[in-house]
Amino acid sequence: MAATLPANPFPKDNKMEIAAQGGGQTPRKRVLPWADAAFSFLAHLAAWVTLALLAGIIISLVIGAWPAIMEYGLSFLWRSEWDPVENKYGGLVMIYGTLATSFIALLIAVPVSFGIALFLTELAPGWLRRPLGVAIELLAAVPSIVYGMWGLLVFGPILATFVQQPLQGLVGDLPVLGALVSGAPVGIGILSAGIILAIMVIPFIASVMRDVFETTPALLKESAYGLGSTTWEVVWKVVLPYTKSGVIGAIMLGLGRALGETMAVTFVIGNFNQLNSLSLFEAANSITSALANEFAEASPGLHQASLIYLGLVLFFITFCVLALSKLLLSRLKRNEGSRT
Amino acid sequence: MDTKVSGSISEKPKLTVRDLNFYYGSFHALKHIHLDIPERKVTAFIGPSGCGKSTLLRVFNRMFELYPDQRAEGSVTLDGEDILSKKLDVSLVRAKIGMVFQKPTPFPMSIYDNIAFGVRLFETLPRAEMDERVEWALKKAALWNEVKDKLNQNGSSLSGGQQQRLCIARGIAIKPEVLLLDEPCSALDPISTGKIEELIHELKVDYTVMIVTHNMQQAARCSDYTAYMYLGDLVEFGPTSELFMKPKKKDTEDYITGRFG
Amino acid sequence: MSFATLSAAKMAQHRHRKRINVLALVLSLSAMAFGLFWLAWILFETLRLGLGGMALAVFTEMTPPPLASTGGLANAIFGSMLMVSLATALGTPIGVMAGVYLAEYGQTTWLGRVTQFISDILLSAPSIVIGLFVYSAVVAHLRSYSAFAGILALALIVIPVVIRTTENMLSLIPNALREAAYALGTPKWKVISSVTLKAARAGVITGILLALARIAGETAPLLFTALSNQFWSADLSGPMASLPVTIFKFAMSPYENWRDLAWAGVLIITMGVLALNILARVLFRNKY
Repeated sequence: MAATLPANPFPKDNKMEIAAQGGGQTPRKRVLPWADAAFSFLAHLAAWVTLALLAGIIISLVIGAWPAIMEYGLSFLWRSEWDPVENKYGGLVMIYGTLATSFIALLIAVPVSFGIALFLTELAPGWLRRPLGVAIELLAAVPSIVYGMWGLLVFGPILATFVQQPLQGLVGDLPVLGALVSGAPVGIGILSAGIILAIMVIPFIASVMRDVFETTPALLKESAYGLGSTTWEVVWKVVLPYTKSGVIGAIMLGLGRALGETMAVTFVIGNFNQLNSLSLFEAANSITSALANEFAEASPGLHQASLIYLGLVLFFITFCVLALSKLLLSRLKRNEGSRT
Repeated sequence: MDTKVSGSISEKPKLTVRDLNFYYGSFHALKHIHLDIPERKVTAFIGPSGCGKSTLLRVFNRMFELYPDQRAEGSVTLDGEDILSKKLDVSLVRAKIGMVFQKPTPFPMSIYDNIAFGVRLFETLPRAEMDERVEWALKKAALWNEVKDKLNQNGSSLSGGQQQRLCIARGIAIKPEVLLLDEPCSALDPISTGKIEELIHELKVDYTVMIVTHNMQQAARCSDYTAYMYLGDLVEFGPTSELFMKPKKKDTEDYITGRFG
Repeated sequence: MSFATLSAAKMAQHRHRKRINVLALVLSLSAMAFGLFWLAWILFETLRLGLGGMALAVFTEMTPPPLASTGGLANAIFGSMLMVSLATALGTPIGVMAGVYLAEYGQTTWLGRVTQFISDILLSAPSIVIGLFVYSAVVAHLRSYSAFAGILALALIVIPVVIRTTENMLSLIPNALREAAYALGTPKWKVISSVTLKAARAGVITGILLALARIAGETAPLLFTALSNQFWSADLSGPMASLPVTIFKFAMSPYENWRDLAWAGVLIITMGVLALNILARVLFRNKY
């Protein structure tokens, strides 16, 4: 049954013979028996440290904000008075500023990101895909302070001249719209901050959306193309429904980023604690810019506590948004697994 | 079907399996396996996909213990000692029973370090002795001539067949007594497969070899004893020539003649 | 039936669908151009205004008082480099070990699931809140701003980034490699450190580089931890200047010399961050 063995190419010499004596005779030692336990301990410890971090953040924020929580309770969320001299505080201005700038940012960023993600996954010719994708990711890596400074010193004046002033001329006298565009058109305010935020958040949402789109199985798309669908129809009727929860997750992730952004907003929002006019052009404030500008010099006591209370509110909002996005993105992953 | 198939042999066995049952969660994958593995012979395990041959192989070096929902019940002894016992350190079991896998898995290090890796776990050898051991292992695996000038190159720079022989050399270097080969040629081209089959002939001089293969001709070529398994049962076991030419069970005959599987 | 005999209604519908398709494609192309336009414009302006304020003095002289004729960013650059490297050194081991835990020990445990969840939350959490936390935990108790607090805050941002990349890279390593190491009798800690982590080395290092690039540009966490310092300082227990905070202070001011320096600083940061990102990419591509 066995073929004839070829001649042994390695003639045995004495040394090899001795070395070849099988096991049971060489000593078997166990290297560092405690190393397994130590390594496992370190890994578990690192996981607990991460947990402790979150707990620590929440606890320290609550403790720091306690005087303000005791003083105002939940009414802090809808009081708009902010007066360090009189020691009276309320978070409405900042909360409104944060929500409004993020809303405007998403309004602009979501369709643009969607278009970019669509382009990157379906339309770009193969040789272009990689460099464009890299360009978008590099844009996402640019630090926010660059956007802020550029926004203040380059974009702001241009916005003032080419957008704000014409808009004021156009609709300034109308009842509702006029109120939105009142105020000195110098390139600051909620609109300005919202636009800068949008530019900052676009590459981030676009790359997450692209990753989400790419989870669509090629076979699914090919079946649709095979029936004669146009590219747009494949995207709208096949890719989007398949990646639905992932797309929403990506948007929520972008929202989380926008809500927590400091530098891109602080430079151009105006840092003025007023809510008298709802104008998009008037100087306003957001939670992050209030913290950035006032915290270092805030007097310990109610002022500092109120600022920390604002930080707690922001953390709570972003926590909920990020948790929701994670839920949606993991649902997409589960669908992907179950369908293959 | 017989409840207890006798897989006994006349010589003193190297390994004995008695009433082995294996479960993936609640799925009963191996049923009452009773088997003797002869020393310094090649024992092949054949059978259709899902029959449990790889599962059985992975019991011998307790590889299933890496996965929480897999468990084995019964006894497996090596030279009379129960190797499934929790009291026996699993690393020592694996030092005596080596395994080569379906796909070549060179470690991300040089060829020399690949071989030395296992040795360093159990022995502290001075440089000269380690060099000798590496050379010996590579020669045993019929790879020495091809790599002796590039021992410092990364293991993954070798071809598929060479990588698999590297894995065999790696397993031999720690001087095990038993070698488990889990479909070692399924990812290789025919020429590399031939080289490995030649190697198996040489290895059985020093080691007890067990090989799982889905290729019946390979089993017929390489092995001294063959076990045919089906759906978790050991259907027939015996000297290869007998099993292939005069199988005792009709099921075995059906499989071998290609009527199914 | 040939194509020519399709009914007029069908052809009209077909043309309509084609038009919508073209419209969608045009819009998508414009979106791409829109995105690239801003990148190009921002980079261009940064380059132009940054180079305008750039001089050798930027690297050799300290931050000046307002309206001075000379001055540079030397102390800010040094402070940033010091704090960023120490923060990376502090956060990387914790991040790598936690990533090891998630990929090698805790795949099915509740601790693993919770840690992964929390790590992702911290990844995108507002960095200014991290600064607030370190302020309350460290600065308030020690009653002084310090570079040490700044390093701590930056390290807290490094950790989730490194956890995420380490876990992803380790999960990509096929199980067969781990089993081959176990089959030799290797203990678990050695399988992880000598085989699995080694195989994932390039990806893990890329993750560390990306974390470094991320904190190099972070301003908010330093605002109330390390504060700032107009003089050269290597003292970790006191306030230290950093490039982003200095830029923030200078840019919002009405003084022209400060604004010029701010632009130079922005150029330095942008170039540094982009260089690190590109380096990380090149490294990653070479290995895979």
